[in-house]
Amino acid sequence: MPDVRLVNVTKKFGKIVAVDNVSLHIYDKEYFSLLGPSGCGKTTLLRLIAGLIQPDEGEIYIGDRLVNDVPPEDRDIGFVFQTFALFPHMTAWNNVTYGPRVKGFDVRKAETIGHEVLEMVRLHERLDAFPNELSGGMMQRIAVARALAAGAKLLLLDEPLGQLDAKVRNELRYEIRRMTKDLELTAIHVTHDQSEAMAISDRIAVMKKGKILQVGTPQELYINPQSIFVAHFIGESNFLEGYVSNISGKTTIIELRGGIKVQAVNNKGVKGGEKVLLAIRPEIFTVEKGKKEDKNAILGRIERVTFEGTNVRYEIRLKNQDLIVIVKPSLTGEWFNMGEEVTVSFPTEKAHVFKYPDVGLKEEIAVE
Amino acid sequence: MPKKLREKLDRLSSKPMVKYGVYLTSVVLFFALILLPPILGIIIKWSAMGKVLGDGELVARILNAMKNSFVIALLVSVLDVAAGIPMAWFITRGRSKWINFLDTLADVPFIVPTAVLGYSLLLFWHKPDGISAFFGGSIVSPGWLLVALLHFTFSYPIVVRVIVGALLDYKIEYEQASRTLGAPPLTTARTVTLGIIKPSLIAAFILAFARSISETGATMMVAGIFENGPVFIQNMKNAVSAQPPQVSQAVYEGSTTLASIILVIVSCLIFAVARILGSRLGVPIKKAWPTLERKLSYSSATLLRNITTLLIFFIIVLIPSLFVALPAFEALSTDALSKALAGVEPWTEYWQSLVLSYSLGAVVTLLNVLIGLPMAIIVARKRLGNLSSTLNMLVDIPIIVPSVALGVSLRFFWKETLAFIPDIWLLIFAHLAITYPYLVRSMSAAIERIGIELEEASRTLGAKPLGVFRTIIFPLTKYSMFSGAIMVFTRSVSETGATLAVTQLKTAPVVLVGWVKGKVVATSLEIGLGCGFLILISFIILLALRLVVRGKGRY
Repeated sequence: MPDVRLVNVTKKFGKIVAVDNVSLHIYDKEYFSLLGPSGCGKTTLLRLIAGLIQPDEGEIYIGDRLVNDVPPEDRDIGFVFQTFALFPHMTAWNNVTYGPRVKGFDVRKAETIGHEVLEMVRLHERLDAFPNELSGGMMQRIAVARALAAGAKLLLLDEPLGQLDAKVRNELRYEIRRMTKDLELTAIHVTHDQSEAMAISDRIAVMKKGKILQVGTPQELYINPQSIFVAHFIGESNFLEGYVSNISGKTTIIELRGGIKVQAVNNKGVKGGEKVLLAIRPEIFTVEKGKKEDKNAILGRIERVTFEGTNVRYEIRLKNQDLIVIVKPSLTGEWFNMGEEVTVSFPTEKAHVFKYPDVGLKEEIAVE
Repeated sequence: MPKKLREKLDRLSSKPMVKYGVYLTSVVLFFALILLPPILGIIIKWSAMGKVLGDGELVARILNAMKNSFVIALLVSVLDVAAGIPMAWFITRGRSKWINFLDTLADVPFIVPTAVLGYSLLLFWHKPDGISAFFGGSIVSPGWLLVALLHFTFSYPIVVRVIVGALLDYKIEYEQASRTLGAPPLTTARTVTLGIIKPSLIAAFILAFARSISETGATMMVAGIFENGPVFIQNMKNAVSAQPPQVSQAVYEGSTTLASIILVIVSCLIFAVARILGSRLGVPIKKAWPTLERKLSYSSATLLRNITTLLIFFIIVLIPSLFVALPAFEALSTDALSKALAGVEPWTEYWQSLVLSYSLGAVVTLLNVLIGLPMAIIVARKRLGNLSSTLNMLVDIPIIVPSVALGVSLRFFWKETLAFIPDIWLLIFAHLAITYPYLVRSMSAAIERIGIELEEASRTLGAKPLGVFRTIIFPLTKYSMFSGAIMVFTRSVSETGATLAVTQLKTAPVVLVGWVKGKVVATSLEIGLGCGFLILISFIILLALRLVVRGKGRY
């Protein structure tokens, strides 16, 4: 069964290290996403698994088989390209049945498979059309159907929804997941869209500069990011600079700019006196009008209010001049006005403390 | 260009009258100088055909020559495409550091003037000093097989260049998709790659066919008693010019008109059939032979294919093309070189012809750029609406008219309408017509590749139409323009058939044909040296042009 194992895999293009000593285990029947900004090496990693490029170092296993020297056609994979890569000189139907035909299946069997996968992608119209006559959504369905028809148990998807508009993208991402689960496939999905990865993945690997920073379920990555980059890239975070003034058991007292003292849970091993960053999700904060005294309460003033439909977004200038963003449900919560004085507070256990990065915050969270 | 003049021209270019004036002038010049004269030249002599049609023997001879032309052209074009595909594949997919060198070598037959190429092949395949030396006699005597070998050789670089271009433009993702779906490399190439680049394969076939049908000078060198269309027309011209004339002026006019009409009409029909059938003709994508094709995709089969490809290239194309250089080297150690440089007979005429050839090439290239550029824009950007599509089809016609037929009909036309027109202008018009499609085609394809949004962005930022051309189109297409200009220049310098037909003026290929045919007494060393000079100078000019744009693109 196709679990995928990468052991110390490295791929260089000239002096650029696209994939840097990556080890990873993707389980059988798992929907796994490789998530990261452009140029992080996620597509290169996917192409290494597909055999479209060869690793400079390391080993790649599909199932129990070492596939480093196995050509792509013998890896039993289905690959969905970002640009669809539908053969322009073949009709939709011929594209879909291409895999079974080149594998030598008889015509009747190839046609049966073709109809089955088209049923699955819910597309039975316009099969005589050529790719340039189809809409983006149709082309993507055909591309997925083509990959499925090849009979592979491992589906590799390279930004498969990147060229579609938002509405179609949202519909198709759930459909692709449903199909892979129905067929009990292992799927590896490359994307730079964290909401897409969060919505459909069993597990996600977050990549940056050729390395994997963290692997986990969407919840794990969101609730317990292990690095500043993950905290920033998955969802949204407010970063407040400060120094560790005291450590008491698991609790750390941090002195922010302006002498404001707050508490957070120290689960990253920071030391007393160390410069740190406090990462707090925007929806964690409680906001109250006026000045209030409470644990982790900071006085501030609302600088901007943005109505976003589901949520209202507040930009608040704290009294120490740090700027934070807070998001509140638009229909169920209290509304605040621009210029209003408010007190914000957050629960100790939901604030993450990270050692301040040597390269600076801007460089640490840069996505390019 | 002075800034003030540039600004003034920019402003002028935004006036619709000026803009469309330039386009219309280009269209009028195309019709007046390039398209209509050869067609009208044939029509003028239409009645002369009546005098020939009654002569059964002559008609049979014409039809036989036509048959020879088309059989050779079909055979050669198919073989050229078949041999060109693996070579282009090797060049574009190969990983050896020698690939670029090989790529450049593939162009060599293109820079050798065709008349010289013909002589070179004659030496290699037929003369005792060539490959025949190893077999104790002539391997290939002048005749249909040597003509076929010659046509294969000079069409090969064109075919390879077209397919290389197609493979470079082709999205490699299609191949990768096919491989991930389970197809081995050979199945992928057969069912996906060749299917997608089929229009380029058809274009390559048509170009090779057109070159084969229209080539005269080199063919005469190797034809012996074999007669195809262009050789027949040239033989008739020789017969009417002989003292005393061997055929009457009326028979000459009638037979050449008939031959030209047949060549043009049948060529057009074949091209139409190739385009229509070609688009329907599919590679057998519905059937695959996984086990066999997998075996043929890897290791020894691939090695064998590459070795065969390289052997064909070196033994049939490259070495025969350059074989003429050997006597040239031998001539260096004798007094032939000093005599040549001193300009004693027959070299006086040769040097004059060389000056004429290169001057003519330069003038024709310049005129082509001036007339052809606006036409390329009209065609690529559909600037004249529906007329643009019609022009797009008409632009190719001069390339399919046999050069000697074109020369003959041009002479008929210009001498009937403007009898006083100097021969040098006839020569320029003939070369202009023959080379025009090369520049327009390469430029229009390059302009089409530039997204219209770049032009629109430039306009919205304040650029006038001429400014858009100067700052956006030209910088992005200059390598294609170089490429087109080089094709025009080399084609003009190497052209023989039309030159012989249209005028008594002697360009270098005409002089060399005279030497080889024994009209002027010249030794084999002198012939080799004459060919060597032509190759060397052409090579230096092309190399200099290449160095101008070195490292910034391939052309």
